Amino acid sequence: MSRAAPRAGARGSRALPPFARTFLALCVVAAPALAGVLPEDEADLMYHSYQGGDITVQGPSVLIRKKVGDNLSLTANYYEDMITSASIDVKLSASPYKEIRKQWTGGADYLHGKTTYSVGFINSIEPDYKANTTYYSVSQDMFGDLTTVTLSYRRGWDQVYRDICNAPHPTGTYCPDIINDPSFHQRADHRGYTFGMTQILTRNMLMGLNYEIDTDQGYLANPYREIRYLSPGGLGFTLAPQIYPNTRTSNAGSVQIKYYLPWRAALTASYRLYHDTYGIVGSTAETDYTFPMWHSWVFDASLRYYTQTHASFYSDLFPYANYSNFEARDRELAAFDSWTAGLGASYEFTSIPHVPWIHKSTANIRYDRMMINYKDFRDALLAAQYGAGNEPLYKLDANVLEVFLSIYY
Amino acid sequence: MGGAQLGGDVNRGRGRVAARLLLASLALLGSLAGCASVEPWVKPYEREHLADPIMALSRDGIAANYRDHVFETREGSHGATGAVGGGCGCN
Repeated sequence: MSRAAPRAGARGSRALPPFARTFLALCVVAAPALAGVLPEDEADLMYHSYQGGDITVQGPSVLIRKKVGDNLSLTANYYEDMITSASIDVKLSASPYKEIRKQWTGGADYLHGKTTYSVGFINSIEPDYKANTTYYSVSQDMFGDLTTVTLSYRRGWDQVYRDICNAPHPTGTYCPDIINDPSFHQRADHRGYTFGMTQILTRNMLMGLNYEIDTDQGYLANPYREIRYLSPGGLGFTLAPQIYPNTRTSNAGSVQIKYYLPWRAALTASYRLYHDTYGIVGSTAETDYTFPMWHSWVFDASLRYYTQTHASFYSDLFPYANYSNFEARDRELAAFDSWTAGLGASYEFTSIPHVPWIHKSTANIRYDRMMINYKDFRDALLAAQYGAGNEPLYKLDANVLEVFLSIYY
Repeated sequence: MGGAQLGGDVNRGRGRVAARLLLASLALLGSLAGCASVEPWVKPYEREHLADPIMALSRDGIAANYRDHVFETREGSHGATGAVGGGCGCN
């Protein structure tokens, strides 16, 4: 599973190719000299919770955004996942665990005329996974501000570890001393290219378009999950390590239409089509209805449908050991569809006594119910009862909750 | 490993193509910005409804990013949502 040797920098400092020279010349000649808008100064404090499939993920998130002068806006975000997992996967081939993932983001938006340049850095750390991501984007308002075009580039470097139990508790019920397996250290690199456009269509209608190409290279599997193949005796199957391709390239395109209704409400419809070199084709359709009520309240109701085909090297139960070069049983690569229904409410405080520098604040709550029906991922924990390959298909229902306070100053 | 290296080359090749597409788009973007004298068919004074906060394409950015993360860690698809990823927290 070792990855191909990196070749970055092999070209050295050669002269700019003709294409790049043309591009830079166009940038200089056509430098925009118009006006734009930076995001508002704000502070957000959020508590989030996900519960489903014997997994609980919860934690806080804090975001602060502040302008420095007229052209620069700085953003800082801290996000935390406190994870308790006894999912079907860890019950089958690992041990229930608790861990914390911490993520820091720092970003800057610089406004020049009608162009906004953005850069940012994300650092995510959990005991067995470290990820660093940088992103860069440029946005341009054009055609009398009817159109905003955004181009983004993202680069990520991940380090993958595997936790093992260094000293099991005498009772064998849990492990008080978990360490990284010294024989396992892998890397994964990611690149993402995004084109986005927001277009005013009519005085009541907006359209958003996004297209993204992502390439991933390195160790892309989950080191804890395993495939299973038919074998005589016992439960009727044997577990073995997953083998993923070392590369993955994906394409995703989405369109979003937002319409202002005559009674002051907004209706949104969106669709995304996804395809990757694993052979997964995914479709997402979502509709959202936003409506204000009682002067200070805004309510939101949404319904999302998602469906995907399975990866070409996925199987719930392989017929024998070493059946193919690549083998996976990650349920994220299985065929499934899901429905998610959500409700949200937001209350706006127009002013807070004795705090004149806060000009607006909102208290928000949102709940989503997620229902996933797998088409070829079976509950292998029931193999003794039904026989390997005849277990019921797995279903996952999850509750997702967000509570957050936003302050604009 | 041969297949993996071939896959890596293909991946890098696609990356270079994507980078060139990005540069081409940037060039086009700069060119368009330089000659942006198109008459807007929705005048600024006709955008009252579009300026209403309920018409923001991404309301509640911090919560929207979180929901994208929830979906992306449980689905095979990702991208084209505007979210920028970090780690997973999903083993």
